[in-house]
Amino acid sequence: MAGKRKIPIKPFVFLVCLLPAFWLVYGIFAGSLGANPIETILRDLGDWTLRFLLLGLAVSTVRRLMGWAWVMRYRRMIGLFAFFYAFLHLAVYIGIDHFFDWATIWKDIVKRPYITIGMTALLLLIPLAVTSPKIMVRKLGGARWKKLHKLVYPIAIMGVVHFYLLVKADVREPLIYGGILLFLLGERLYRRYGENFQLAKSIR
Amino acid sequence: MLIKHTIASDPKSFEITSKAAHLKRRDFLKATLALSAAAILPTSAQAYLPQKIEGVIKSPFSTDEKLNKYDEVTGYNNFYEFGTGKGDPLDNSGDFQPKPWTIKVDGLCNNPGEIGIEDLMGQYQQEERIYRMRCVEAWSMVIPWVGVELASLLKKFDPKTEAKYVEFTTLVDPKQFPGQKYPIIPWPYTEGLRMDEAMHPLTLLATGIFGEELPPQNGAPIRLVVPWKYGFKSIKSIVRIRFVDKMPTSTWMQQAPSEYGFYANVNPDVDHPRWTQAKERRIGEFFRRPTLAFNGYAEEVADLYKGMDLRKNF
Repeated sequence: MAGKRKIPIKPFVFLVCLLPAFWLVYGIFAGSLGANPIETILRDLGDWTLRFLLLGLAVSTVRRLMGWAWVMRYRRMIGLFAFFYAFLHLAVYIGIDHFFDWATIWKDIVKRPYITIGMTALLLLIPLAVTSPKIMVRKLGGARWKKLHKLVYPIAIMGVVHFYLLVKADVREPLIYGGILLFLLGERLYRRYGENFQLAKSIR
Repeated sequence: MLIKHTIASDPKSFEITSKAAHLKRRDFLKATLALSAAAILPTSAQAYLPQKIEGVIKSPFSTDEKLNKYDEVTGYNNFYEFGTGKGDPLDNSGDFQPKPWTIKVDGLCNNPGEIGIEDLMGQYQQEERIYRMRCVEAWSMVIPWVGVELASLLKKFDPKTEAKYVEFTTLVDPKQFPGQKYPIIPWPYTEGLRMDEAMHPLTLLATGIFGEELPPQNGAPIRLVVPWKYGFKSIKSIVRIRFVDKMPTSTWMQQAPSEYGFYANVNPDVDHPRWTQAKERRIGEFFRRPTLAFNGYAEEVADLYKGMDLRKNF
């Protein structure tokens, strides 16, 4: 831990988080995104949104279970990357997949539960992204800020449900995301309500 | 396979000899074994290579729209028997052996029997049919199929008058179809057509694309092509055709009855519950284009459904 400050690890993590976006941009120019590149881009951005959401939720779990306090430093960045990929996912859906065909998009939102749910999750992410700077934490007050950011739980659940509802038959992948989410939420519930609360506390 | 290729494609004897001289005895033995394996392997585990189909004639039923590229047609497929990703059928079909192949034809007919793929290709005039293919997932392609009219084959087996429908079944063999190791959808894949649909001149039993035999990922060695219906009706790698009196329950009807009906005619006015069918993306194009009723084949087939409520019979 002592030598930690000397290595600029945060910019490195930042770049790693950007890799999926770089990969897609590269794929567009290299023509390596398959026969239906728009679908590939849309799916990939959705995948990475979910992954960053779960990763963001995993940060405090890892801190509690492993006792690594330092991971908390990356939580905000990971959360903001979830928003970044979610926003791109929406932008591609509106601006490329449907090319601003608002009538079709609106019909999608009101008629298709998976779109309704996905869109709601995305809207709920906005206040979290907006209140991510430290100054906003101070403005809101720690308690209120924390309460607001509990929204990430329903958002993550909606994200997984959105994925589950859109696949035609092969639900294995959404179920894997669901399993991870269940573990992350379960750990929190267990810590809060579990019988062995004392044990969990001592680990923490 | 890779090892075999790197060794076999570079048969410079002087290199091997000089290398062998420098190898320890054990390594030399290993190398020798690898080489003999390379010499034996090609006969036992060779990937299927589609051949050119000779004597193919053109058909007036072909569209003059721009063809999709070969790589698009053979690299972007829904064929869950090989996996559920669009690239899985290309990636996972290396062990598929479409020859020899026999199709059993039975049920309500006077002349039940079997026909081998070679006989079918030898006895029936193969024609090229360039059709639009519209997937239920709102994308489409233009594909130059090669094949025979289904009706010409079915007549040979002399269906009885009680036969109202035709049921088609895909091969089940998890060794060749790795996707069948998981019950993603109920296997075998099953489809059906009403008798008049099966006998319609547009309905094709395809044996090839782009003038060659079908590659495994496109449904080798023989598949159905019903261009006015969503792609999932065009069942691949058929091993059995059966004449029946009751409407067969297709695989997708079993999987999700509220989403997939028996008819599955391309219809821009009836949405799939999870996406609109009003538009489609032609693979290779940026903008979605309007979807046509019966995928543009209304003139030929709309009469088949006269008086039917196509919202109910989706």
